[in-house]
Amino acid sequence: MRLEPIAAPSFGRRVLPPALAIGATFVVAALLAMIAGGNPFAVFGLIVKGAFGSKFAILETLNSATPLIFTGLAIAVAFRAKLWNIGAEAQLYAGAVLTVVLGTGALSLPAPLMLALCGLAAMLAGALILLGPALLKTRLGVDEVVTTLLFNFIFLLFVSYLLEGPLKDPMGMGWPKSARLIPEARLPRIVEGLRLHWGFALALIAAVAVWIINTRTTLGYEMRAVGQNAEAAAFAGIPVTKVILKTAVLSGGLAGLAGFSEVSGLKGSLTLDLSPGFGYTGIVVAMLALLHPLGVVVAALFVAAIFVGADSMSRAAGVPSYLADIMLASALLFMVLAILLTKFRVRRD
Amino acid sequence: MDLIDILLSASFWAAAIRIASPLIFATIGELICERAGVLNLGIEGIMVAGAFAGWIAVWGGLPLWGGVAVALLTGMMLGLVHSIFSVPFGLSQHVVGVGLTLLATSLTFYTYRVVLPEVSSPPKITAFQPYEIPLLSDLPLVGPALFSQTPLTYAAFVLAGLTALVLYRTPLGLAVRAAGENPQAVAAQGLSVTAIRMGAVVVGSGFMAIGGAFLTLSAFDSFFFDMVNGRGWICIALVVFGAWKPGKAVLGAILFAAFDALQIRLQQTGIGAVVPYQVFLMMPYILSILALVVMSRRAEIPAALMVPFNKGER
Repeated sequence: MRLEPIAAPSFGRRVLPPALAIGATFVVAALLAMIAGGNPFAVFGLIVKGAFGSKFAILETLNSATPLIFTGLAIAVAFRAKLWNIGAEAQLYAGAVLTVVLGTGALSLPAPLMLALCGLAAMLAGALILLGPALLKTRLGVDEVVTTLLFNFIFLLFVSYLLEGPLKDPMGMGWPKSARLIPEARLPRIVEGLRLHWGFALALIAAVAVWIINTRTTLGYEMRAVGQNAEAAAFAGIPVTKVILKTAVLSGGLAGLAGFSEVSGLKGSLTLDLSPGFGYTGIVVAMLALLHPLGVVVAALFVAAIFVGADSMSRAAGVPSYLADIMLASALLFMVLAILLTKFRVRRD
Repeated sequence: MDLIDILLSASFWAAAIRIASPLIFATIGELICERAGVLNLGIEGIMVAGAFAGWIAVWGGLPLWGGVAVALLTGMMLGLVHSIFSVPFGLSQHVVGVGLTLLATSLTFYTYRVVLPEVSSPPKITAFQPYEIPLLSDLPLVGPALFSQTPLTYAAFVLAGLTALVLYRTPLGLAVRAAGENPQAVAAQGLSVTAIRMGAVVVGSGFMAIGGAFLTLSAFDSFFFDMVNGRGWICIALVVFGAWKPGKAVLGAILFAAFDALQIRLQQTGIGAVVPYQVFLMMPYILSILALVVMSRRAEIPAALMVPFNKGER
């Protein structure tokens, strides 16, 4: 079989495969729900109800989407330039660590300054973490997929050390957790009394900012050129190495902000389970969004809804909540296939 | 106990060979995929699935070798999924691999919860027992280290040897290597690059799954959620370290495992009292990155690795 590019894909060609991909995901999930003894329609109903069924549920979904918007943007930015950043998990924790270092009483500043400083420091930490593998890639040709992946393990062990040593809360009853942030370092709630915090708004601003960078700046153009064809970009006089390093700084910085937002907005302190894999889920979010920054917001909401909904579905229907992870993994695989089929036609020969 | 004592003790080397065994299976599996031109990042998930499938099959009543066969088949099926996406469709091998790892891992955990909903600690099986090879196991140091292992460890070494033999001494091996070096030349010979690459990914993934099954059927006697714990990613580094050659890859796996066995022992010495234990646990990953950095200076990487092949296109 052979793939033939389609010069001008029709509207149906562009819409049908992604729709089928979503459909196929639900078919897979329905079959698995049935194997677990659940009625698929009831299961999907419970997922939707768990994610959007009440004001509390909706806010919970928005809260869960917040870190995914940041990590999704981080991955989208990197993948667009074909910098395969699989290390957003480590970059997120780096941001969280710096937020805790600065925000637990080492400094005393008015809230706006404190928050700005913590956020910037978190971005810087995330950026530095990705700069290492990016330099190894540009200088020595070391594949960044494996280095960024392995660094996730290294950095999590480092955080574990910090939480049992220098950053351990003396009042924490022996648990490996950090001290709580001082009030000036806490991102306030958007509406007092509800859990939704300003990290969500910050994530939306970040998405718009990345969209502007992508479409309105030289860097955005250069990143896409490098991603499409690095050799051609170099031939056209684009400083490929510099662009890759700038991409790394932007991507790592966005993932670092996820750590800042989770600690400062939601949790108030750092523990080892701050992220249940937001760095990896960000890959799914970015791919579902076709690497579009505004699409990332939509995809993150979708993914968060499935996670939040599956949690409450699992309690009610007795179907394991891992169904959510399976849905996302199959959505990812079906979607990359669907995108291909919008651009190519399969020919038998 | 100081370093010399550790390095001269048979139990240390026996542990090193034991720790190396799953890595050898999975590294050889990854090596076969990469030699044919496909980077298989599904390895971590395939190992998780293999560990579970082999264990649940034995728990359900199959003999131990039956469990190994079930793991092999599970891995081959997941490999088929990977190869359909990555070979004829030529989709990004990075994204497909990460997707497959997510899918295989979550499917495994889901199945575990469906099969054993109420269990807090997983049931145990009777795992492979060490088999002492007559005469050879009586040799000093080498005997206990190499010849008093479980049958699955011997199988790992046999598999590595067979793979080297097939890769370098048979027309099939030549075709596989050429598919990763110069697919156009393979197509010019009238062979199907697609079929060779898909076959390599399917078989290689089967071996990865046996690597996972080693953990449940030979090293331990039960399945735990975090039991593969990054071993798959380390095997990807080991393939690079072994310069895509089976012999060197096995040596790399043993060296790596020896280091792993050493750090566990060092934790119990005076050094362990001073250095936080997390530093020891980091070492395997740091070592892998260093290996990648050192080996990146050599140009032995298969030329067409990660390059999709579309017939009629140059």
